[in-house]
Amino acid sequence: MEREIPLNRLPVGKKANVSRLRLGGTERRRMLDLGIVGGTEIEPLYKSPTGNPAAYLIRGAVIALRTDTSSAILMKA
Amino acid sequence: MSAAGAPADSAVPVGHCVTLMVEKKSAEERVVALAGNPNVGKSTVFNGLTGLNQHTGNWPGKTVANAQGGYRYKGKDYVLVDIPGTYSLMANSEEEEIARDFICFGEPDVTVVVADATCLERNLNLVLQTMEISKQVVLCVNLLDEAKKKKIRVGLDVLSERLGIPVVGTCARSGKGLKNLMEAVAESARQGAGTKPPPVVYDPSVERAVAALQPAVEAALCGKLNSRWVSLRLLDGETGILNTLENYLGFDILSRAGVAESLAAAKENLEKECDGGDSPRDRIVTGIVELCEKIAGEAVVCEGSGYSERDRKIDRILTSRATGIPIMILLLCGVFWLTVEGANYPSELIADGLFRLEDLLAALFTAAGAPLWLKGLLVDGGYRTLAWVVSVMLPPMAIFFPLFTLLEDLGYLPRVAFNMDDFFRRAHAHGKQSLTMCMGCMILQPVIFST
Repeated sequence: MEREIPLNRLPVGKKANVSRLRLGGTERRRMLDLGIVGGTEIEPLYKSPTGNPAAYLIRGAVIALRTDTSSAILMKA
Repeated sequence: MSAAGAPADSAVPVGHCVTLMVEKKSAEERVVALAGNPNVGKSTVFNGLTGLNQHTGNWPGKTVANAQGGYRYKGKDYVLVDIPGTYSLMANSEEEEIARDFICFGEPDVTVVVADATCLERNLNLVLQTMEISKQVVLCVNLLDEAKKKKIRVGLDVLSERLGIPVVGTCARSGKGLKNLMEAVAESARQGAGTKPPPVVYDPSVERAVAALQPAVEAALCGKLNSRWVSLRLLDGETGILNTLENYLGFDILSRAGVAESLAAAKENLEKECDGGDSPRDRIVTGIVELCEKIAGEAVVCEGSGYSERDRKIDRILTSRATGIPIMILLLCGVFWLTVEGANYPSELIADGLFRLEDLLAALFTAAGAPLWLKGLLVDGGYRTLAWVVSVMLPPMAIFFPLFTLLEDLGYLPRVAFNMDDFFRRAHAHGKQSLTMCMGCMILQPVIFST
């Protein structure tokens, strides 16, 4: 059983690969369109002053994701 | 107006029986759709091609803006339709629905997809999706000057070869490459519809399902649309498309012989094969994403890392808990202070000048023996109000907006939206509204419209 960690808990600077998305419907589609599919490497870059949202390096682009989304993206620990 | 006779309007259906009138000057005029991700310089390309020969409005029944313009190249007329910027055509939002509907059902002769050279991989998603629907696609790789600064090299020939479509490099800001773009569009329009191999080949399970469904769909469509694309959308389970299809075709595709049965059978098999793994929809999107990665890997060379160490450090300072918000407040206050202080002197000057002119005008009216009510209306009313507004509003706006644009060009504004997002989220809004609020300190009307 693979250990999984939600993206928002991944420490800044630590790279990991996507395991699965616990999202549905339009939100899931949106994430898939941004390139967040199984196996994609994501690196958390920095967090905003309140911690939500945080910026992630995904396929060469810096994308900000709110916690409610990033907590549903599970990474391979 | 072309000499070919009376102008013919081509009414192009866009979902829900509402038509977008694409004003063609003649039947030979080509319709070119201009698509692309947001912020890739699509408007710059549009303006570069059409100049002042354009008009804006809204897509019918929607709140999304629309622009149409024309240009003439080598004796032929082209009408350019600006499609809303989207990341995909899977219709997650109103903009995507409009984009998909026009590219698919609007039957443009050529679709130009504008991509950002600095993040090509993500832009290829839209390119591939467009190629699945549209018969003639031209890829315009813009922002090449930005890519050069970031030491990113894009192999346009490699891209063209891998994608099988014409690829043109441009730097729309300085007008470079636009001639080549017009040439590529002209050539594509001349070639017309041809058979091309499918741009994306999916997972074997998906391909099997498509092969099972496509014959029935092809028969039902009678050549009106790309049957492979329609089959994929039916399998993919996107419900919105069925309504739009029905409006376009004039009949419900599921009511045609064999379609509903083939679809049900194909879906059942596909679901069985996907059991436990990714859903069919995920597999389809993943198929596209993986191909984007592959093509970008072959065509793009990054000599530095795209997001450099220096950018990282700067962003950390701009968004950290300790320094992020103070810097933001300081910068914005600085801008406001400059605006208020800087505007006082010119405001006084302009006011002096304009009111002196008003006295002259009043004297002129009296000397001419004009009736009092006329002088009151034009000079005391009209001119004075105009003078007040210009002297009070023009200097601050002339200072504030260039300063704000400077912040935008430096790339600072997204960091503001990023910092403010949490507060706006609690108000069920979005961080980017903090920027419109800033502008609202100068003038409220555009802010209200944009929220």
